[in-house]
Amino acid sequence: MATLEIHDLHVSVEAENGPREILKGVDLTVKQGETHAIMGPNGSGKSTLAYSLAGHPKYTITGGTVTLDGEDVLAMSVDERARAGVFLAMQYPVEVPGVSVSNFLRTSATAIRGEAPKLRTWVKEVKGAMERLNMDPAFAERNVNEGFSGGEKKRHEILQLELLKPKIAILDETDSGLDVDALRQVSEGVNRVRETGEVGTLLITHYTRILRYIKPDFVHVFSGGRIVESGGAELADKLESEGYEAYQTKGGVTA
Amino acid sequence: MADNTPAGSTTDGAIQVGGPQQPIDARVSAPASYDVADFPVPHGREEEWRFTPLERLRGLHDGTAVANGGGVKVEVSAPAGVTVETVGRDDARLGRSGKPVDRVAAQAYTSFEKASVVSIPKDAVLTEPVTISVHGEGGVAFGHQVIEVGAFAEAVVVLDHTGDTTLAANVEFLVGDGAKLTVVSVQDWDATAVHAAQHTALIGRDASFKSVIVTFGGDLVRLHPRVVYGAPGGEAELYGLYFTDKGQHQEHRLFVDHDTPHCRSNVAYKGALQGKDAHAVWIGDVLIRAEAEGTDTYELNRNLVLTDGARVDSVPNLEIETGEIVGAGHASATGRFDDEQLFYLMARGIPADEARRLVVRGFFAELVQQIGIPELEERLIAKIEAELEASVA
Ligand SMILES: Nc1ncnc2c1ncn2[C@@H]1O[C@H](COP(=O)(O)OP(=O)(O)OP(=O)(O)O)[C@@H](O)[C@H]1O
Ligand SMILES: [Mg+2]
Repeated sequence: MATLEIHDLHVSVEAENGPREILKGVDLTVKQGETHAIMGPNGSGKSTLAYSLAGHPKYTITGGTVTLDGEDVLAMSVDERARAGVFLAMQYPVEVPGVSVSNFLRTSATAIRGEAPKLRTWVKEVKGAMERLNMDPAFAERNVNEGFSGGEKKRHEILQLELLKPKIAILDETDSGLDVDALRQVSEGVNRVRETGEVGTLLITHYTRILRYIKPDFVHVFSGGRIVESGGAELADKLESEGYEAYQTKGGVTA
Repeated sequence: MADNTPAGSTTDGAIQVGGPQQPIDARVSAPASYDVADFPVPHGREEEWRFTPLERLRGLHDGTAVANGGGVKVEVSAPAGVTVETVGRDDARLGRSGKPVDRVAAQAYTSFEKASVVSIPKDAVLTEPVTISVHGEGGVAFGHQVIEVGAFAEAVVVLDHTGDTTLAANVEFLVGDGAKLTVVSVQDWDATAVHAAQHTALIGRDASFKSVIVTFGGDLVRLHPRVVYGAPGGEAELYGLYFTDKGQHQEHRLFVDHDTPHCRSNVAYKGALQGKDAHAVWIGDVLIRAEAEGTDTYELNRNLVLTDGARVDSVPNLEIETGEIVGAGHASATGRFDDEQLFYLMARGIPADEARRLVVRGFFAELVQQIGIPELEERLIAKIEAELEASVA
């Protein structure tokens, strides 16, 4: 069973006046089949955690370890991490001009699966997944994220999640910018993947709204670059009624 | 296309309306002429030379380059019915499309010894392309080719440039009334070659001319595709595709002279650059003269910069001397394949070099489809793939 273990992770970014520490010792273990919600105020470092796990070059790891089934994730390049089974649905997906969605998906599936998917079954697979996410088939011929609305970008991220079947899925604010229908469709997409029991999910969010559709097994409150409290689904209800205020002093966030 | 312009690139476009004091064709340092003596030796600050590293022209610009017999081997293969001749300097069929416009083209006109004349007879519709292969054999050469297409004939001509040479040339296309000519010029030179050429097309009444310029190789390539219209109703489509690698200078200077009513032109050039001191220059001069009522023109240049250290100069320039036109426009953009795009693709398991190839392939594919010749599409895509395999790693 796949397990992602994050231990005492410290991460800095290069700021104007030298390096600035954003993550200040994150500890978290995510197992296949589990769903962990990470909730925290703006600027608390949630995206930093997500990007650091995926290997974005902007973030420097200054301490700690991350392993996937014992393998050192931090030693892997970005593409190696993806092939090892780490998937990041981005808060702000990037436009890639000149590359069509269909070409992108196929190239990516080929890389992740280690062989080109058989054309006939692949076409069906993509078509089916797009239909379930209520995406117009015309998207396949558009350039990746180019001119996509916020909601379309998020659907496209979840489409990739469904097709790439990672071991660990990190969803960074997949709920932001979605209207109610889109939120429901996107959540259903995530749930379809979760129901296979083969993915460990790290659901990063600011609001509790998405947790009505995606039920977490664990909720962690993130503040000041670390996890300040962990609990079950009931912790989300507490955040819903009380907000993050209590944690912002507790977590010592000044930013 | 990302809007971020890489450091050191320029994309200053201009549209001038209402008769500029100095039209495009007068902005050069000397009027067009067949005689090299009519042009001063350029020093590098002239408008038409300011982007070109003169020292890398190996003397083509100052008279010190002398043909030495071992320059290029020219072979023409043509389907039945097409006449291929090698003629001397005094042949009356030479020089009809127009005069050389800069010193290097005039040097070529003054210095060539033999010219090839390819004639496609009236009404002939060729099912096979005419291929002119120009293979560099290391020395200095001055070339001249004339491709004449009779009225209502249809032909595809491929100019294939390979090997190593220092070559200055003029290529003339005379497109008869109602004829259709497609020219594909592939610059697949060795990394050491120097190639400067003027391609001038004179387009007859209701005739169509399509030019596809594909530049991959060479140390310095400077091409000057020009279009002039002999009668109304002519149409020109000028496409180009270049891949500028480390240290290469590839310059495409287009001029479409709308001096005749009811003619059309469409220009689309795309280039990808990578590596230190890769330098691409694209000049798109379109002049709509007062008498050219009913003109419809559009020009576009897009560049994709894959790595730091490459430089693009893209200058579209549209001058309009009459308001009685159908349309006129231009666009130029230089974008970067940036780290965020690379990260996104890699985060989906795609290795870095494959990610770059994916982006470049996609970038060119649009243009290749637009060219609209299926046989050529395959060849171009194969060419791009080969170039990508060899260089984007
Ligand atoms: N290049 C940088 N220079 C300085 N500070 C930075 C830089 N990049 C990120 N930060 C800071 O790091 C902190 C954490 O940012 P991050 O994007 O991880 O927060 P977040 O929890 O995802 O916020 P949100 O809820 O708004 O998405 C913020 O205070 C941010 O300003
Ligand atoms: Mg964030």
